[in-house]
Amino acid sequence: MLVARDLHTFFDSSHVLHGIDFSVAEGETVALMGRNGVGKTTLIRSMLGHVQPRTGSVRIAGRDATRLAPYRIARLGVAYVPEGRGVFPNLSVIENLVMAARPGDDRRTGWTLERVLETFPRLSERLQHRGMQLSGGEQQMLTLGRALMTNPKLLVLDEATEGLAPLIAQEIWHTIRVLRDAGTATIIVDKNFAVLSHLAHRCVILVKGRKVFDGPPAELSMQPGLRRQYLGI
Amino acid sequence: MEWLIQILNSVQYGLLLFLVASGLTLIFGIMGVINLAHGSFYMIGAYLAFSLAELTGSLWTALPLGIVLAFALGLVLEILLISRLYRRDHLYQVLLTFGLILVFEEMRSILVGDDVHGVAIPALLDASLPLTENLSYPVYRLFISAVCLVLAALMYFTIQKTRLGMMVRAGASNAEMTQALGINIRWIHALVFAAGVALAVFAGMIAAPVSSVFPGMGNQVLIICFVIVVIGGIGSLKGALIASLLIGFVDTFGKVLLPELAGVAVYLLMAIVLLFRPAGLYGRP
Repeated sequence: MLVARDLHTFFDSSHVLHGIDFSVAEGETVALMGRNGVGKTTLIRSMLGHVQPRTGSVRIAGRDATRLAPYRIARLGVAYVPEGRGVFPNLSVIENLVMAARPGDDRRTGWTLERVLETFPRLSERLQHRGMQLSGGEQQMLTLGRALMTNPKLLVLDEATEGLAPLIAQEIWHTIRVLRDAGTATIIVDKNFAVLSHLAHRCVILVKGRKVFDGPPAELSMQPGLRRQYLGI
Repeated sequence: MEWLIQILNSVQYGLLLFLVASGLTLIFGIMGVINLAHGSFYMIGAYLAFSLAELTGSLWTALPLGIVLAFALGLVLEILLISRLYRRDHLYQVLLTFGLILVFEEMRSILVGDDVHGVAIPALLDASLPLTENLSYPVYRLFISAVCLVLAALMYFTIQKTRLGMMVRAGASNAEMTQALGINIRWIHALVFAAGVALAVFAGMIAAPVSSVFPGMGNQVLIICFVIVVIGGIGSLKGALIASLLIGFVDTFGKVLLPELAGVAVYLLMAIVLLFRPAGLYGRP
C-alpha cells in the first residue's frame, strides 16, 4: 500500500530524518512509536507530501508519490488525521463531514454520512454546531469521521487519543479496531503501548530520526529492556 | 419624494460598490492577498462595456462576453502572478498589484485612448418611472439594484450552502487540512480570484451607462472599497454588504445635506466605526 525508501528530511540545516525505510501493506495496522521529537510526525508528513524529503522515494498504491501534492496523495486513498485534529472551526459539524465526502480511489462508497453518524452518534446530536464549539473528544470523532468520508484505504492517525478522557479514547480505539477488522490499513502514532500491542500487526520505533525497531508487538512485549530503552515505558 | 430618490440612489450606489468590495474582501480573507489592482478591474469593466457595446452593437451581448473575458483574465492572473504572493509578505503583494494598476492603465491608454466616453442605456430599460407630476426615477438604476441583489443572494448561497462554498471556507481556515482531504486548494484559490475579478468587471460594465467611462475611475472605487472592507470587517461578506449600503447612504446624503463635508463623510464613518469596533462590524479581532 505504501513503501517509503531511504527518506532524508531537513528543516533548513537540521537533519531530521536519517534515511528511514517504512512500509504498510494492504490491510496492515502499523504502530509508529518513539519519544517526543524523534521525527514521527515529520516521517508522516514526508510521506504524505506536506514536507519535501531531500532524498528518498515514496510509493503509494503502486505509484510514485515522492513529489506528489498532498491532495493527489489523498486521492490515492490516503486519509490523514493530523496531530491537533484540524477540525474546521468555522464550519458546522455536518459541513465538516459533507465537504470531505468522496468515493475512494476505486469508487468504493462504503462510508456515507449516515454510517459515520451511526459510528459516532454524539456527532449527530451536534450537526449544526460549529467546529469550535465541540469538546476535544467530539473534535476527534469529527476528524476521524471526516477522514472516513473520503473512503480511504490507508488511514494515518497522529496522536488520535492525545488528551482525551479514557472513555472517549476507548470509543476511538474501538472504531480503529472495527476499521482494522474491515481491512483498512492504518498507521497509528500513539503512546498507549498496552492498546497498540493488541491492535497493531507491526511496531516501528524511531530514535533521533532513525528506525531502531521494526517487528511484531509480541517481540517488544517480551523484551521490556528494549521498551524501556526506546520508549521509556 | 425627493427623499425617495436619494434613498434609491444610495441603495443603488451601495449595492454596486458591494460587487467590487465583495471580491476584495474575499481575496483578502481567503488568500490573504491585498489586491490594489481590484479597482482596475472595475475600470476595465467600464471600458469593456464601451468597446464591446460599440463592437457588437448592444450592451446585452457585451455583458456576457465581458464576464467570460473577465473570468479568463482572473484565472490567468491568479495562476501566473497572484498565486506567487500567498506565502509572501504584504509588501510584495502591494508592489506587484500596484504594478498591475500601472500596466492596466497603460494598456487602456494604448488600446482605447485617454478620452472620456459614455455608454448608452439599453433601449429596453431607457425609461423613467414617474413618481410625482414632475419627479421621476430612471428604470436603469432600479435594474442595477435588482441585478446586484440577485448576485449578492447567489454569492451567499454559493458560499453558505454548496459544497464548493464549504471547501472555500475550509480552505480559508486551514489550507493544509483541506489539501489532506483531497481538495486541490490551488484550484479553489484560482476560482475565488477569478470570481472576484468577474464581479468587479461586471460592476464596471453595468455602471458604465450611469457614471461615465474615464481614466483613473478604478482608483476612486478602489479607495472607497478598502474603506468598505475595513468597516465591514476583513473577510466578511455580510460586513461588506452592510458597509457598502452604509457608505452608499453616507456618501449620497452627505452630498445633499453637507456638501462642504461630502469628501470626508465616508472616512468619518470609518473612524467612528473603528472607534467602537476596531476589527470592523463583522471582523474577528
